[in-house]
Order: sequence, then C-alpha cells, then structure tokens
Amino acid sequence: MNESLIKKINEKFETDIISHLIDKDMPVFVIKKDSILRFVQFLKEDEEIQIDQVTDITAVDWYNKREARFDVVYHFYSYKKNHRLRVRVELNEDDAKIASISGIFKGADWFERECWDMYGIIFLNHPDLRRILLYPEFVGHPLRKDYPIDKRQPLVKLRKPEARRERP
Amino acid sequence: MGEEELLKESIITSRLDESINFFDKILNWSRKYSLFQYPFATACCAMEYMTTSGPRYDIARFGAEVPRFTPRQSDLLWVVGTISHKLAPVLLRVYEQMCEPKWVISFGVCASSGGFYNNYATVQGIDSIIPVDVYIPGCPPRPEQILDALLLLQKKIDSQKALWRLSKRDSKDE
Repeated sequence: MNESLIKKINEKFETDIISHLIDKDMPVFVIKKDSILRFVQFLKEDEEIQIDQVTDITAVDWYNKREARFDVVYHFYSYKKNHRLRVRVELNEDDAKIASISGIFKGADWFERECWDMYGIIFLNHPDLRRILLYPEFVGHPLRKDYPIDKRQPLVKLRKPEARRERP
Repeated sequence: MGEEELLKESIITSRLDESINFFDKILNWSRKYSLFQYPFATACCAMEYMTTSGPRYDIARFGAEVPRFTPRQSDLLWVVGTISHKLAPVLLRVYEQMCEPKWVISFGVCASSGGFYNNYATVQGIDSIIPVDVYIPGCPPRPEQILDALLLLQKKIDSQKALWRLSKRDSKDE
C-alpha cells in the first residue's frame, strides 16, 4: 500500500485512528472501537483502496500485561490492487464486545465465530455466533491466558490408568 | 491367577479339552490371517497406513488385506492419528459397534499418548477411552513398524483362548 493511500486514510479518519505505523509486512492502523464499521466500509468502497477480502480476524490476549486486555486484529487484502493492511482494535476485559463486520464482508462470519470460540470476544449483530471448533458443551475460552493449561473437558467418561488395558 | 493354576488349567485331561484345544488352534489360525480392518484415520499417520497397504510394503501378505469402512464388518480397529475430545464419542461408538472378537491398534504417538499435543483439545492416549492391544510409536511410524505391530497382534491372537460355550451349555441343559 503506497504512501498516498495511507495518508488518505489518515486524513479521512483523523479522529478515529489512535495510532498508525508501517510494519515490516503491511501498514497497521490502531483505531477506536466504535469506528470499526465505518472504517471497514470505507476500505471496501473507496476506489483507490478497494479492499475485497478479509484474510484473517483473530485476537491477542495481553493478560496482566496491559490495561486493555484484548486486541482484535483484522487483516485485509485487495485482489485488484494487490495490497494489504492490518487493523487493530483494543478492547477492555469487562467490555469485550465489538460490532461484527460480517454484514460488510461475508467471509468474516466464521473468523468471528472462531474468535469468539477461542477468546470469548462478542461480536454484536453477528448472524450466528456459535462455537465453531470446539463442542457446544465446552465451558470457557481456551486461548485466554487465564484458562488452566491442564484443564480437560472430556465428553465421554475416561477410563482410569490402571484399567486401561482391560476390556469393558 | 497364579502361574501354577494357569498351568493346571492348560493341561488336557479329557477328550473334550483336547478337541477344544484343537478347534482353538484352527480358529485362531483363521482369525489371525483374515483380519478385516477398519482404519479410523484422522491425521497425517494415515499416509503411512496407505503406504503400508500399497504394493511396496503390501500388508496383504500378512492376511490383513481388506479395509472395511463400516465397523460392523471389521474386527481390527486402527486408530490412525490425533483424537480430540470432540471426536472421542465417535471413536467410542465405532468401537462399540464392532462385533466380538475385536482388536485395536493405536497407530503413532498421537493416538498412543497425545504426542506433542498436551492441550485442552487432545485426548492423552486413546486407551483412556477404549482398550488397546498394540501400540505403535513414531511420528509417523515407518511401514516396517506397522508390519511389526501386525505380527505382534497375530501372535497375541494365536495365544488367545476362544469362548467355547460347550461345557457351560451342557451343564445348563441338565
């Protein structure tokens, strides 16, 4: 993504962008939580940027390391212009909710479900926010840093180690 | 059971015992060379299983030629690959659907112990769900190891005592 486009985004969303930097692979915009929908809509509809694919949506847990506990990270790509950019939104633990962008990019649907499954971040107005990888009986969100590392939630009754070779 | 008792039991004392022993041998011989396999393949170990079934290593030489993709027609369950807690009920169900006599081979470290996956998702060894006869180490194992495991299982089948109901049924009828 060239300089002029970055400048354009910066000027247009002056009040919404908290900070921005040019990372090794792509430019990064840290934006406010409330402006995500407008921001993504702009990226999609602007004729010079023409973002048409969500490559990935994931989260980062900064448990005990930072005041705002979660980062939600979006990766975008444009097939037509062949450029990428990354958008980051900081979320607090007690208000880990963000608007779903699956209305703008349909492909965001499953990424957001995965993100909810693993980190417990709620995507508001998502059409079908269920667990996607784990089973519905699972309690908690395993990629949060405070999930106990040796906690298991088996669906069938596990056999005791001493009885493992015997037939039931 | 102590060793002496075991010895006492294996001594042939009657014509009935002799014939049972004879039929046991025939039965075990036919069972061990006609294993119908059910490959429960979930991960990369399956490639090694395919190699072993293929013409180069040719598992058919040892009488385990036909994979059956329904548990009801098979008597040897290969658990090939990582089993997650989400999948565990399926594996248990497949095992329960198989008819006796049935045997299980745990294929590769993931199935045997969880391997390098020690996390919320992975079952730490399928023997916490179903009983296992032979474990194969390796990530993934070489085809030679798989053939070795099959030979081990055949040895085990050969030494098994069949469940003849002759004596029991006789006493019940009287």
